[in-house]
Amino acid sequence: MTAEGSYDVIVIGAGPAGVAAAIAAAGRGASVLILDEGQAPGGQIYRNAGRASGRLLRILGKDYAKGATLADALRACGAEYRTGSTVWNVERDGRVDFLADGASHVAHGRKIVVATGAIERPFPVDGWDLPGVLTVGAAQTLLKASSMVARGSVLVGSGPLLWLLADQYRRAGHPPLAIVDTTPAGRLRSLLHALPRFLVSPYASKGVGLLWRVKRSVPVHSGVGSVRIAAEQGGFTVSFRRDAAERTIRADHVFVHQGVVPNINLPNALGCELAWNEDQACWDVAADEWGHTSLSNVWIAGDGASVGGAEAAAARGTLAGLSCLHALGMIDADARDAAAAAPRRILQRYRSGRIMLDRLYRPGGHLVAGAPSAIACRCEDITVQTVRTACAELQPAGLNQMKVLLRCGMGPCQGRFCGSTVAAIIAQCKGVQAGDIAPYRHRFPVKPVTVADLATLDHSNADRQAVARD
Amino acid sequence: MFERLEESGAEIAFTFDGRPCTGRAGDSVAAALIANGVKVFRTTPVGGAERSAFCMIGACFDCLVVIDGRASRQACLIPLQEGMAVERQIGRRDPAR
Amino acid sequence: MVVGGGLVGLAIAYGVRRLGLSVTVLDGGDDAHRASRGNFALVWGQGKGFGTPDYARWTQASLSAWPGFAAELADISGIDLHYRGQGGFHLCFDEGGFERRGAMLDRHAAELGADAYPFEMVPAFELRRTFPHLGPTMAGASYSPRDGDVNSLHLYRALITALRRLGGSYRPGAPATGIARDGAGFAVVAGGQTFRARTVVIAAGIETERLAGLVGMSVPVRPQTGQIIVTEKAVPFLPYAVSTVRQTNEGGVMLGDSVEERGHDDTVTTGVLGITAARAIAAFPVIARLAVVRSWAALRVMSPDGLPVYQQSASQPGAFACICHSGVTLAAIHAGELARQVAGGALTGQAAAFGTGRFDVRAA
Repeated sequence: MTAEGSYDVIVIGAGPAGVAAAIAAAGRGASVLILDEGQAPGGQIYRNAGRASGRLLRILGKDYAKGATLADALRACGAEYRTGSTVWNVERDGRVDFLADGASHVAHGRKIVVATGAIERPFPVDGWDLPGVLTVGAAQTLLKASSMVARGSVLVGSGPLLWLLADQYRRAGHPPLAIVDTTPAGRLRSLLHALPRFLVSPYASKGVGLLWRVKRSVPVHSGVGSVRIAAEQGGFTVSFRRDAAERTIRADHVFVHQGVVPNINLPNALGCELAWNEDQACWDVAADEWGHTSLSNVWIAGDGASVGGAEAAAARGTLAGLSCLHALGMIDADARDAAAAAPRRILQRYRSGRIMLDRLYRPGGHLVAGAPSAIACRCEDITVQTVRTACAELQPAGLNQMKVLLRCGMGPCQGRFCGSTVAAIIAQCKGVQAGDIAPYRHRFPVKPVTVADLATLDHSNADRQAVARD
Repeated sequence: MFERLEESGAEIAFTFDGRPCTGRAGDSVAAALIANGVKVFRTTPVGGAERSAFCMIGACFDCLVVIDGRASRQACLIPLQEGMAVERQIGRRDPAR
Repeated sequence: MVVGGGLVGLAIAYGVRRLGLSVTVLDGGDDAHRASRGNFALVWGQGKGFGTPDYARWTQASLSAWPGFAAELADISGIDLHYRGQGGFHLCFDEGGFERRGAMLDRHAAELGADAYPFEMVPAFELRRTFPHLGPTMAGASYSPRDGDVNSLHLYRALITALRRLGGSYRPGAPATGIARDGAGFAVVAGGQTFRARTVVIAAGIETERLAGLVGMSVPVRPQTGQIIVTEKAVPFLPYAVSTVRQTNEGGVMLGDSVEERGHDDTVTTGVLGITAARAIAAFPVIARLAVVRSWAALRVMSPDGLPVYQQSASQPGAFACICHSGVTLAAIHAGELARQVAGGALTGQAAAFGTGRFDVRAA
């Protein structure tokens, strides 16, 4: 294990939020270490933006191209940036353990900013576990990082990212064969009251044009209820029910998506309080307007706190960085507030339209709780039906007891891809709301390390005596 | 089949289960496997189900492969390097290798 | 009525129900401290009860009852417990430790006389025939043919399932807040409801002290932290139960046997995980390359002398308190002998040795 010294601020994650936090703090004199699991700053949203060709930038669009300058800005601010660094342990006193270059390292931060971003929501329909079925986000990653596009794709699900990928594939010359849209029918009509605020937000100008372009060139099956994916002759079939009629379409590739949710494993393991977000049907990390969590040394920024998109994430990163500086005594409240004015205005603009997007694309309950024969827990091969039966027969109090009963959430993904499914099933069974079911209690390591990695950790005499007895 | 919009980046030679493959600089191991038409990355340790990359951001752990003799490596996070020997990971891990 | 749905409470409830009595288990919420979710799943007697022959004999009686208990529970619940009673090993990391272990077990055997626990000291060269992956620096192990292990998650699920199938009631999300005399029986307030029963068994782990106090018993309990590392699933390479490195039937390997006195703190710490990992690698170097998928810390339920407590309230007969930190090993006797005594209304024989009176004597 290598000791990496101490910093005023350690930022975990180099997406738009993490980079903005690092710039805000390092640019005003704090010593900052920014740890990134990726190979270049940008996170998932701006992945590879600094190296993408002109053609790829045109395909991916103007918003993506904004990420191209992120690396330069990060370099200029003076923060120490480490790529390929996987943080697996964070302690309340600011200790951060991470793996890099195949070895374990430890650093200390007087303040910690968690900016670990979002993950895609599970999509527990039949066949989502088949090899070759990817998330929409995964398909977009292949496009950004390796300029790869799939011929003959069908996009299944709901949410802005799905439409964005369809538009990018269209520009790349490979529009999807179809979009199977699972957005519950009638949603838009029920949201007319939120429309005026949406129309003046930045989402409206981007979103309306995008929808129009995609719908003009891609067949869209909307208001779809249940979906099944099956493997057939090297490709797939997608079967779905719409207006009481069953339809089946063929696809060479299937990409699924129903929105993104904060990746809460690290803050949850650290002990940050969480808060249920009813509009987005997911757990956020509880924080004040600066991103300060329930723990005195820990801030959270970006989609890892609450999903709001790249621009809002960057604004919240700046606020978190400023707030850390203030807590460190490096700037006074006036300086902090003055520098916070611009990011706050950005946040306000995006927030005003967000509510419409969130409610429009809030996933339908049946697609969160899953289809009976679908896999719920991919790590332990546990079906939705098995979870339902255990619920009915044993009536567990919650997710953590279900984990003990069935092993769901015990595998390497640590519940990231089954938590919402199992919680929804328990909620249905108990007749309560999903937000009444607390998430899995996560523990470190939040990313797998080897036993050998753990063995390099330093320990005290007391630690040795606690373990090494005859 | 996935295809590349542009053949930018230097060619990188690697193998999958001994078969010679080619990727590009900037590829993750998972992207390179997909570009080479590899359908199944691993089988699960519980039911033996076939899986391949799913989330591509290191969250789902379905892309685990053996790289240069080390098992349970996340193919979607590891940059492809010249000469890598990548293998399908079958079921439960053999700790002796 | 049993207050506490861990392995202790469930085993007693299952045993009582098998005798034909009606029974309800009131269990806590999803976030309650639960030793039953944090155990190492050994069914173990080796080295236990040195200096306390009553405990050694009680443990042995449970080990003798385990095969029958496991078979019947599996039959009723339809869940395979993966019980292995074919022997277990305790590793010795150096020659000094090997000598001390042998001497301790010899003295223990002398203390128990005819009830001595069978054991054998196995030096490293011999141990490698059973464990070809044993590390080069290891000195050997003690072995007892009576020890073994079980899948404790299956045990837990089987007890709930069997209790339900036999007509017992299991009520999770109902942490008991009040217990009071009610006519000839007791009224328990839990989860906003009141439950009534002739007999109440408090088996609520570290909450037992507080609840037992409500019905006239003083049951000192303290939490003791233990930390465990769990690896990814591996092909079977440990053919027997080992006391600090245990491979489950699913293939994952559990590492650890730490003991820390730090109150209700159940966070994991890098120092203890580090030394636990290093020792596991010393024992079986192949473990080094396995990925860690989880770690956890859980609170053991300890009395002042570390032994079980079984007590009936003198002032309010019909109220019992039952705690122990070996809920897996003792599950068989809890479901058998202890359940019979609770149902009969009196703690007698071996069980009577574990009353709270022993703490008063020491205090005086």
